[in-house]
Amino acid sequence: MDDLYREIIIERYKEPLYRGVLEPHDISFEDENPLCGDHIRIDLRVDENSRVVEAAFSGHGCAISQASADLLLESIIGKTLEEVKRLNKEDVLDLLGIELGPVRLKCALLPLKVIKAGVYGLGEASDSLVEE
Amino acid sequence: MNTTKTDRIDVLRIRDDFPILKREIAPGIPLVYLDSTATSQKPLAVIRAMNEYYERNNANIHRGVHTLAEEATAQYEAAREKIARFIGARKSREVIFVRNTTEAINLVAFSWGRKFLQRGDRILLTEMEHHSNLVPWQMLAQEKELFLDFIPVTNEGLLDLSEIEQFLEQKPKIVAITHMSNVLGTINPIRQITRLAHAAGALVLVDGAQSVPHLPVNVQDLDVDFLAFSAHKMLGPTGIGALYGKEELLEAMPPFLGGGDMIKKVYLRSFSPNDLPHKFEAGTPAIAEAIGFGAAVDYLSRVGMERVAAHEYELIGYALEALSEIEGVKVYGPSAEQKGGVASFTMRGVHPHDVSQILDSEGIAVRAGHHCAMPLHEKFGLPATTRASFYLYNTREEVDQLVRGLAKVKKIFG
Repeated sequence: MDDLYREIIIERYKEPLYRGVLEPHDISFEDENPLCGDHIRIDLRVDENSRVVEAAFSGHGCAISQASADLLLESIIGKTLEEVKRLNKEDVLDLLGIELGPVRLKCALLPLKVIKAGVYGLGEASDSLVEE
Repeated sequence: MNTTKTDRIDVLRIRDDFPILKREIAPGIPLVYLDSTATSQKPLAVIRAMNEYYERNNANIHRGVHTLAEEATAQYEAAREKIARFIGARKSREVIFVRNTTEAINLVAFSWGRKFLQRGDRILLTEMEHHSNLVPWQMLAQEKELFLDFIPVTNEGLLDLSEIEQFLEQKPKIVAITHMSNVLGTINPIRQITRLAHAAGALVLVDGAQSVPHLPVNVQDLDVDFLAFSAHKMLGPTGIGALYGKEELLEAMPPFLGGGDMIKKVYLRSFSPNDLPHKFEAGTPAIAEAIGFGAAVDYLSRVGMERVAAHEYELIGYALEALSEIEGVKVYGPSAEQKGGVASFTMRGVHPHDVSQILDSEGIAVRAGHHCAMPLHEKFGLPATTRASFYLYNTREEVDQLVRGLAKVKKIFG
């Protein structure tokens, strides 16, 4: 269990690289995990080729959801929106380098859910966005 | 800490009755279960009563005249009588078996509420309610165009009763209130509230999900009109709970769910409802669970609810003192004198989920989240808290382990 709190997770939780708000932005979406009250907003700027050039997240949550957001944003910079749409649960777990039970998995996947809902231009984020 | 009370419970002997308390969460790391407010653990007596029913007596009840059906019916009804005695009901027909506290409250809202409430009527609640004593009333209010009022909660986590008379002047038809907050642990002065509410012509429904398992509760002393509680929080199984209601009120209420067992006669286009308590128990009920509920009540009666409450009072006092000494930890709710065995807290700089995850690595089970009381958390400006809660099987050593676990949290996030 202690592995959950790998150095990189604590580090990104305490000193995230992508925390903030982008105004203006091309894509913005926010959602929360009603179970724990974690709330995340993600803003993206994309270039004329639909590549992500800037990304930022804001909100509050546990170390897992915050580190997940930070690592995920880092990983999508330079990717096209089509590539972002193909990201799934495994990609997030690879970034975090941990295995999670069903409850904490929701924390880890919230940022991806928010990003994909924004990229797809959906009205609301659903769990089906992050299932394999 | 007051340790002079001679008539204390023998915690080690009690722990022996709970097989799960012997398990390890990881090799060499024993379980420290501090989440009884979510659900309690079960003694062997309860597990055995249910197994024995399935091994010897299993049959459907209230029909069939074979031996098993008679035995099953007798055991199911005996459980009802035990529960009625446990809460001091006049008659066992005042006890309706339901799935849980939530269903009990829904039953009152939709049976009593639909029949007796009119557009513009008011319901008085409090800001510390669990969602189960909030959402059914919101649903009813939406359907019937009713008004909901809320007794506020003070910063110390107590009900602000200075305004209750103004609220009651608005002539609410019912006051629905928790006996003990599942977040703050606050024990509300129910007797005082029923007296005031009845004088103003309102009925009183009490959410006893946390009080019935942890305090002596007598419906006649408290003069409550309805009391809702769940077996699984008081050593019994999941899937069963009870609604107590004063006989004349239950008699006047229409059935809630329709189906088998709740009827006397059925025609193609109509039916006549059964007598109490069966009128409210449609379909085959949770028979084994009811029997397990009865065994749980037997267990608690043998220990004695005064002694259970005294044990928890001692533990929470000890825990509050220990937690207050940890820098960065803030506990919510009133002092030990005014609350039950519940300590909800935050730790500066660490999310409650992370606190409970690290405690889990030490075998310590606590709850993290808003504990089904989002409006209350919002009031205190908190997205979530960590909650440690105690029952008759917890020890001071376990509180010490919690404190050591929190030191580890600090170290990881330090």
